[in-house]
Amino acid sequence: MNEIFMNVGFWVLGITAVVASLFMVTRENPVHSALWMLLTFFAVAGIFIQLDAEYIAAIQVMVYAGAILVLYMFVVMLLNPKSTGFIKVPAKVILGSVVALVLFLQFVMTLMGTGVIKSAQMSGMNLPEGLSNVKAFGAVMFTQYIVPFEVASILLLVAMIGAIVIAKKD
Amino acid sequence: MVLAIVFTLIKILIIVVCVLTGVAYMTYAERKVIGHMQVRLGPVHTGPMGLLQPLADGLKLMSKEDMTPDMVDKPVFYVAPFLGMVPGIAAFAVIPFAPNIVVADINVGVLYVLALSSVGVYGIIMSGWASNSKYATLGSLRSSAQIISYETAMGLSILGPVLLAGSLNLKEITEAQRGLWFFIPQFVAFVIYSISAVAETNRAPFDLPEAETELVAGFHVEYSGMRFAMFFLGEYANMYVVSSMCAILFLGGYTGPLLPPLVWFLIKMLAFMFFFLWLRATLPRLRFDQLMNLGWKVLIPIALANLLITSIVVYAIRN
Amino acid sequence: MSGYLPIVLFLIVAGGLGVVVMFVGAIVRPAKYEKVKFSVYECGMPSLDENRKRLNLRFYIIAMLFVIFDVETVFLYPWAVSFDMIGLFGLIEMILFIVILVFGYFYAWQKGALEWA
Repeated sequence: MNEIFMNVGFWVLGITAVVASLFMVTRENPVHSALWMLLTFFAVAGIFIQLDAEYIAAIQVMVYAGAILVLYMFVVMLLNPKSTGFIKVPAKVILGSVVALVLFLQFVMTLMGTGVIKSAQMSGMNLPEGLSNVKAFGAVMFTQYIVPFEVASILLLVAMIGAIVIAKKD
Repeated sequence: MVLAIVFTLIKILIIVVCVLTGVAYMTYAERKVIGHMQVRLGPVHTGPMGLLQPLADGLKLMSKEDMTPDMVDKPVFYVAPFLGMVPGIAAFAVIPFAPNIVVADINVGVLYVLALSSVGVYGIIMSGWASNSKYATLGSLRSSAQIISYETAMGLSILGPVLLAGSLNLKEITEAQRGLWFFIPQFVAFVIYSISAVAETNRAPFDLPEAETELVAGFHVEYSGMRFAMFFLGEYANMYVVSSMCAILFLGGYTGPLLPPLVWFLIKMLAFMFFFLWLRATLPRLRFDQLMNLGWKVLIPIALANLLITSIVVYAIRN
Repeated sequence: MSGYLPIVLFLIVAGGLGVVVMFVGAIVRPAKYEKVKFSVYECGMPSLDENRKRLNLRFYIIAMLFVIFDVETVFLYPWAVSFDMIGLFGLIEMILFIVILVFGYFYAWQKGALEWA
């Protein structure tokens, strides 16, 4: 019963994510794109929850939907772009896309044959007994992955300075 | 399985009905309390002591024409009220009203509530943009800038209790306060949380987005009837959410002597709601630059310093 | 995972509530179209120029700073939760993290990115 439930959930969320992202890239109006992107984020957050990654799901909503997409919205309102209508796609672009798609499918099929994808599937992390997800995450991140974490802080510092330098030319 | 789902649904419906009733009577309490603070009577004509006033308001809103002005962006205009209302109500899924009254006892309850409140800002941005009106655009921009500014301070102040309890589960945080309510060791965080909670919900003295004297209600100026009611519902439900979170994080949630847990929870939550009304009757509205200065230059540094000091003290005590 | 089923149900109920109130309202309320009534509200005057004005650059800076502080706060949550497990090492690490970001914060303050007036 639970198995069926998981599967149904995955398909609903997966299809929602894919369809919403397709709508996102094909909308003329940037604000409509942003709304579809919001839906994509929610669906992806749902998939994370199915994988028991509650913390990542929360980040997905808080940071991507709650902060970064708000920034996008502000930029859209800042620039106030006028809709230009559909851009005519040249024939060679369509041809190129078809060839790329065929090559991509071939690539995937070859990989399926070698079993690389299977081994890359989630193998289920072994959590210490009685630990919540976030706690285990914290314990690993702040001991084993300390260097990437501190590098992230430098990255954030650079981003902050960069934003101010670009926005405040005086 | 099916039985469990039905049982959960009944629980959810009961909570939603309670929230709706709470919202309706909050509008009544608001008018009554502020009325008495200003030596007026507030509503008295509808029912005994005006107690049927919320019902009359509800009927009025329901029978109002649903206007969709010509210039608006229809799909976004229609979606925005939902984005404004659903997060406010759905947050109640993780609130522990009593040890056994909680719909979803998840590990990341704090993050769930924060994530929903960060989604709530879309209702405001989208309605402002879709309305295609100057007042609405200005109101929504101010409002969203205000909300994101105070969200940081709020997130940082919540870290204090989380650090003390060592959990993001709201029930575990409550249980950790059996001995001592966190507003005593975390008084600074408590004050920062209270201020940013008021700002997050766009309430006086931080109600600039709706400043009726200059922006004629701000982002929802083009909405009428039930769509307007949905924004209203979302805003008041959000007030209940931040009050509940305050009760859980700082005032010990449902813990307390003698009285049953649910009663304790409601007392604490309603006390914070009363604080909202009291503020509105007392303080004048801030200017926008004062508002931003308070958020970015005062609350955030203090919250960071509080967090550092707390963590050092906690480490010193535990070792 | 199963703990999230009630949340899904709750979201559905909350959304359904919106649909229901819109539907109930649709039965009883009037709907009469009039050109002037449905024009954009601007204190009774005809709208002067375009309504979606370009917004001030300050909003962009605020949103940018918010993204950075939001990411920082999000990192702090697992740290606060696992604080009793990571000890002095974790404490020093986090002090370092905050100090690095405080540099950026003061830079923003110095450059006047936090000024509004």
